[in-house]
Amino acid sequence: MSKEYETVIGLEVHVELATKTKIFCGCSTAFGAEPNAHTCPVCTGMPGSLPVLNKQVVEYAMAVGLATNCDITRHCKFDRKNYFYPDNPQNYQISQLYLPICRNGYVEIETGKLSENQKNALKGKTGSDIAESGEIKKKRVGIHEIHMEEDAGKLVHDDWGEVSLVDYNRSGVPLIEIVSEPDMRSAEEVIAYLEKLRMIIQYLGASDCKLQEGSMRADVNLSVREVGSTEFGTRTEMKNLNSFTSITHAIEGERNRQIDILESGGKVIQETRRWDDTKFESYAMRSKEDAQDYRYFPDPDLLPVDIADEWIEKVKAAQPEFREAKIERYKQEYQIPDYDIELITASKRMADIFEEASGICGQPKKVSNWLMVETMRLLKEKSMDPDQIRFSPANLAKLIELVDSKVINNSTAKEVFEVMFDNDTDPAKYVEEHGMKQENDEGAVKAICEKVIAENPQSVADYKGGKDKAIGFLVGQVMKAAKGKADPGTANKILKELLAQ
Amino acid sequence: MANVISDETIEYVGILSKLKLDDAGKEQAKHDLEQMLDYIDQLGELDTDGVEPMTHVHPFSNCFREDVVTNGDDRENILKNAPEEKDNMFAVPRTFD
Repeated sequence: MSKEYETVIGLEVHVELATKTKIFCGCSTAFGAEPNAHTCPVCTGMPGSLPVLNKQVVEYAMAVGLATNCDITRHCKFDRKNYFYPDNPQNYQISQLYLPICRNGYVEIETGKLSENQKNALKGKTGSDIAESGEIKKKRVGIHEIHMEEDAGKLVHDDWGEVSLVDYNRSGVPLIEIVSEPDMRSAEEVIAYLEKLRMIIQYLGASDCKLQEGSMRADVNLSVREVGSTEFGTRTEMKNLNSFTSITHAIEGERNRQIDILESGGKVIQETRRWDDTKFESYAMRSKEDAQDYRYFPDPDLLPVDIADEWIEKVKAAQPEFREAKIERYKQEYQIPDYDIELITASKRMADIFEEASGICGQPKKVSNWLMVETMRLLKEKSMDPDQIRFSPANLAKLIELVDSKVINNSTAKEVFEVMFDNDTDPAKYVEEHGMKQENDEGAVKAICEKVIAENPQSVADYKGGKDKAIGFLVGQVMKAAKGKADPGTANKILKELLAQ
Repeated sequence: MANVISDETIEYVGILSKLKLDDAGKEQAKHDLEQMLDYIDQLGELDTDGVEPMTHVHPFSNCFREDVVTNGDDRENILKNAPEEKDNMFAVPRTFD
């Protein structure tokens, strides 16, 4: 009989902070610059250059720590982590080992959530329904510490040449590393934890947390042990996981690999492994004789950071309303389905647009519809994140008002929205300039209806013969003749009146 | 209380410092390191009970920069420090992760 195993997982999550400049110098952190355009003597490790700490880095780190229930270390320092590699021009990385800025925190995660399909099935139902049928389990994942450090440069491997090329634009970009306790037991919990962290950090505006682009990176520490055992097994660390899918695969793969070793009487070796997403397997990155010995010591070039209560209070006071609180408030304030609230609050940007547009036009339900249907559709189509939305809440409110006051009909509104989505065009101006206003003059619509009736005797006969559906075809013809600018309701009404005569 | 550096230790230090030493070089390094450690060990003669480890000489803290870009594109000068340059990048011996 085979034994039952439990997987024990802890995470090291690196998050690139959204500062304008690097952690120790005034170089820009903007993405996509020419190689080495954002470098200086400090971030290329030139002798004699001295680092000066970016205050915003400390504030972002504190903000994340406070939002994850950490204690802030009142007196913290930076240390040097020594290692030799061309992406690291100083031969050491400035990090924090002995006195990291945040310690002893936790986040609450939820697992057992519904799949997207189940969610759709429950669309519009209340929160209690979802909780009952989804069996949501809550759990705390401990945060051991959060420390500040600098990122390394990027190595480009020249396929033909004998050299590797180094771009130091990323060298010195500020990172926080969030080290969890080994509290997770499954890939599902890991994903829930990462999503929770990402949500908190995005709400704080401390980072955009994009796994694919590397602004959020997760290293997975994993070991297995027999169920019931209180000792931890030997763990391995897995790197190069840049999507939720690869994290899930890597966890399953590594769990099975370790169980196979134990079942065949072997021993798991503590090592760093690299996940290969194309081959669906991991391989050992560093051999034994390469064992890392970082020889940490306090960095004498940087002064300690003393954090007074007033500073902590200031950062606390500037914290935004987080998602849980927002969800509760929306339930009170707006008459929209819980499902919509869930999706809208999943991005702070989306939630901000929703609130502002609703405030202007006073129609939260319609705003929510535009966000849930057209906005989501276009985001998906263009593979964009909600953060990249360009249209302003004011213009969305304006568009809704144009439909309400019957200046344009719904299908025209969708057309205008697509333009607005790309360029934040003023919808009223666009409608005016492109002559898209709805024909609200009943006389004009009536003239078109009469013409359509005269030109379509067959449909008229069908309708009069009892085929009610024929009216739809006639309405379509009227809309076509009016170049989409008629109100379909009005056309329908007038057609019926004329045909009844 | 003379320090003794073992063969294993000198091998390991060699790996960490990326140095390839021949046998004579290893013996020389062992000897030098032993002497350095003996010298440093003199510090052990001092009574440091109750003395806080000191990492910084000056009683200052909180020296910050504001988050404002102050450096422009200085590639031309920075790349002068590269042993070799290619495509605006530092060319180094081929390195794998």
